[in-house]
Amino acid sequence: MIKEWFKSGAPWVWMTAGAVSVNLILVIGLLLLIATRGLGHFWPADLVEYQYHDNEHPETVIIGEEVGESLQPAAQARAAGHEVPDGAEYLLQHLVKTGNRDILGSDFRWIQDQYIVRKSETADLIVIERREWGNFYGRLLAVKDNGATIAEGEAAWGVAQEKLKDALALRNQIDKLQNGEIGAINYNLERLRLKQRALELKNAWNEEYSQQFAAKKQEYQTQYQAAQQKIGDLTLQLKQCSLSVADANQKRILIPLGRVVKLTRPNQMSVLDKAQDYMSNFVRFVTDDPREANTEGGIFPAIFGTVLMVMLMAIVVTPFGVVAAVYLREYAKQGLITRIIRISVNNLAGVPSIVYGVFGLGFFVYIIGGGIDKLFFPEAAPAPVFGTPGLLWASLTLALLTLPVVIVATEEGLSRIPKSIREGSLALGATKAETLWLTVLPMASPAIMTGLILAVARAAGEVAPLMLVGVVKLAPTLPLDGNFPYLHLDRKFMHLGFHIYDVGFQSPNVEAARPLVYATSLLLVLVIVGLNMFAIAIRNNLRERYRALEN
Amino acid sequence: MTTANQRTHGINLGALQREDKTAPAHELETCIKIENLDLYYSGKQALHGINMEMARKKVTAYIGPSGCGKSTLLRCINRMNDLVDGVTIKGKILLENEDIYDKSVKVADLRRRVGMVFQKPNPFPKSIYENVAYGLRIQGVNDRQLLDEVVEKSLRGAALWDEVKHRLNDNALGMSGGQQQRLVIARAIAIEPEVILLDEPASALDPISTLKIEELINELKDKYTIIIVTHNMQQAARVSDFTAFMYMGELIEFGETSELFTNPTKKQTEDYITGRYG
Repeated sequence: MIKEWFKSGAPWVWMTAGAVSVNLILVIGLLLLIATRGLGHFWPADLVEYQYHDNEHPETVIIGEEVGESLQPAAQARAAGHEVPDGAEYLLQHLVKTGNRDILGSDFRWIQDQYIVRKSETADLIVIERREWGNFYGRLLAVKDNGATIAEGEAAWGVAQEKLKDALALRNQIDKLQNGEIGAINYNLERLRLKQRALELKNAWNEEYSQQFAAKKQEYQTQYQAAQQKIGDLTLQLKQCSLSVADANQKRILIPLGRVVKLTRPNQMSVLDKAQDYMSNFVRFVTDDPREANTEGGIFPAIFGTVLMVMLMAIVVTPFGVVAAVYLREYAKQGLITRIIRISVNNLAGVPSIVYGVFGLGFFVYIIGGGIDKLFFPEAAPAPVFGTPGLLWASLTLALLTLPVVIVATEEGLSRIPKSIREGSLALGATKAETLWLTVLPMASPAIMTGLILAVARAAGEVAPLMLVGVVKLAPTLPLDGNFPYLHLDRKFMHLGFHIYDVGFQSPNVEAARPLVYATSLLLVLVIVGLNMFAIAIRNNLRERYRALEN
Repeated sequence: MTTANQRTHGINLGALQREDKTAPAHELETCIKIENLDLYYSGKQALHGINMEMARKKVTAYIGPSGCGKSTLLRCINRMNDLVDGVTIKGKILLENEDIYDKSVKVADLRRRVGMVFQKPNPFPKSIYENVAYGLRIQGVNDRQLLDEVVEKSLRGAALWDEVKHRLNDNALGMSGGQQQRLVIARAIAIEPEVILLDEPASALDPISTLKIEELINELKDKYTIIIVTHNMQQAARVSDFTAFMYMGELIEFGETSELFTNPTKKQTEDYITGRYG
């Protein structure tokens, strides 16, 4: 009976299907974990007000979001000086995000369940997301304009929201001026300085130039002063309004509206409001610059850097890989040497990525980059231009890393083109090169795209080598902007993978960073999926077009 | 007649009594002349001292059992064997009195003069139009009007125009096998070669498509010298003016088709066409 069952092949089917299921469950589980932990972060939680009374302190009030709870072993609790009832093994404790780092010193606090006297969710509690010092939790007392109270009590809320809108608009203007105009002026001034230095090095600096440059400099300076003036005015305007708020223990503080990003009353929000707020939080996370050592704000520069780097990598690796594969498969004599080369290429794929990073730093950055600096940018010395880690070198290093994948996939594709097609082309008087260009390579393009898809998937997820060749914790400017030559290959950039590492393991604020790590991971996965979908769509399109002969 | 019937076992003798068979021998001009051709695959001899002359604007058929070297011989004529590793060729093939294996001959130019159609239809994964225009585009012709003309003329020449004129931009791979084979022929005649080599052009096709191809061959021989390799002796009898019988890499007998099928001079030929081996 059992023997029959084995013979029928059913156990084999079960085993293989089982393996697939385990894989699927692992992948889905992973994505679900990342998604729930990461996406939950953006949901506006209700605020709770605790009346708290423990041994050491008299009754205090704590306002915050409850983030989690855990059971503390009795022994540990006793050692920490807490009362433990006889026979109890664990004590329940809650993790509360109390915010107000400027007053309390930290954002999070563990509180013992047994000391909570009363718990309430009053409607008038507010959250203020600030540019500095993290969130504020408390109550709104009044809105002040130039020190004079313009709204108080219940009316304050509406006025505050209106004033906040104005303030945000002002802030937006200031940011634009700072990044746009002032950035451009600084960039131009720097270029001017470099030009002057270059002329000086060539001994071509003369009176005429001197006047010319001085005039230009003057012009830039005037522009700069005008822009500064504007910014100064706007900043003054921005500083006018402030919110008078009280924290949990009725301590009053003033928060200038210019420092406020967002003002909400989560306890009064309906589910629909919260959903709206959730969406806007998510959008801001994706589109904003990071703040507070990356533990707050968004991750836009990291997404941008990742995508740009992967695209540059794809642009570099495709022609190189394809050309190499064409030579190996079509022109090289298939002998021992070709075999050795092929094996070496395949083994390159197995070299640890950090080794590529070290190679990239040593070869690309120091030798090639240093050489370029010496040859083309002597005026910038001693500051390096290309002789320092940057976007170009990171892309090239990753291109090198993914080259074997593209070569192998392309070779595979070339070997699958039927001989009859090549002969058909040759019989019409095409040379081998014409046959390759007009028929074989187009037909192999889906395979090339497959190689590229694998390369993109690998490159987007690499972190280790990038830390050596161009990724930084915080890049002041994007590698793509409105200043000529628009794409700045020499700039350092941010990367989602490194961002995860940095936020998760280099940040002083562990509790705040945790959800961000999940959210950023989710974004990284989404970016890779997006890039792959894009490539797969192209491949399927090509595949449809160059459907190989079936027989 | 009765003896001939027995000898030609299954060959329709009616096919041999065609009117166009009567061209006097002195009007024939030699197009291709093969002299002492030996061919080795990595030292193993596959063709032994082949000598033959093929007439211009006539159909010559190569018949013989599998592995006898008839396809190899055919592929020598447009140097397709150059693509195979380890092939050495001795002897000469003269096309219009020029040795095609001479060093001065460019292979691509030769193949423009000697077109070839293969056993399996091998259209490119492009549109019907682009398939036919392929040869011209390689030669640098990009004038749309000229291309249009040639495409139409070639498709008409391959008796395919009426079937595809409304879908010239469709992918050629969507056509039936017979249509694909005629498309490949259209592709070959678009560059106006002097010789067309057909390597078992109908062996992968159904009887109706085969018939169409054979009709096409009959039409094409007004303009082109045609050499066809076939397994099908009836086909050889139907379409060819001359037939060469090959066996084990040697040319056993070569002569007018009607002569070879009705009155073979060699025992091996007779055995083959009466179905005793092969």
